[in-house]
Amino acid sequence: MARMKFLCDAERCIECNGCVTACKNENEVPWGVNRRRVVTINDGVVGAEKSISVACMHCSDAPCMAVCPVDCFYKTEDGVVLHDKDLCIGCGYCFYACPFGAPQFPQAGAFGLRGKMDKCTFCAGGPEADRSEAEFSKYGRNRLSEGKLPACAEMCSTKALLGGDGDVVADIYRERVLRRGKGSEVWGWGTAYGPGAPGAQPPAAPQGRKS
Amino acid sequence: MKGVLAVFMALAVLGLSACGEREQVGEFKRGKYQGKPDTQPWSNAPLAYENAKWTQGDRTSWETQIRARQSWQNERTRAAQ
Repeated sequence: MARMKFLCDAERCIECNGCVTACKNENEVPWGVNRRRVVTINDGVVGAEKSISVACMHCSDAPCMAVCPVDCFYKTEDGVVLHDKDLCIGCGYCFYACPFGAPQFPQAGAFGLRGKMDKCTFCAGGPEADRSEAEFSKYGRNRLSEGKLPACAEMCSTKALLGGDGDVVADIYRERVLRRGKGSEVWGWGTAYGPGAPGAQPPAAPQGRKS
Repeated sequence: MKGVLAVFMALAVLGLSACGEREQVGEFKRGKYQGKPDTQPWSNAPLAYENAKWTQGDRTSWETQIRARQSWQNERTRAAQ
């Protein structure tokens, strides 16, 4: 069973915002709502600038699902977190709960009225009939039902942003890292827990496991 | 006499019940989705003008199509094709 995930390779992302544009175009996202954003750290610092493309990460144990007071979230069999806009009350709890700032709220009117929540759907639409006008107007394009991957990942010019089954995406990324010749400082123990004392070696990976 | 003893015993049991401790933390219960049911991506037929190929309703063939699409993201294998 596939578990759909995004992975952004910070070594490859060139902050072109092609993924943001592709998402907005493909799903006709309204003004003021960005389902995907490119975040840059150390901007302008030579050698230290890194960019990463962020959207809904379709968490395995999604906090937005846990806090929603009207239970409008659901998870598809492919691990995509979706929601029913007809049920959403626009309370904003999911926005506070999400560590990635994925839930977005369209604001309209003179007083900035907060509308119903909008977020990345992994280009999987919503609980309306697939490929219908109602689904497109509420949730955007349903590319998964067309046998395609999300537009942001497929449009990425440097293939920094990868989307798809977590195992496949991780395999592509792992191969890249091995070819680069960088080890734990790029991914794995060192990234998660820091390098530790100078000269200290990270503990050996358990035998018989992938990572 | 027995009646007084019974009352004292009842009072003692009642007093001990105050020593019990109640759970102060609310138990988290995952909510259940209340919205409309959704269909699966593989329940649709492939678009006529697209290159995608799978059998409508067959999840395995749809996953094969998606896996092929995923492999195109790896430029090393794509270049070898």
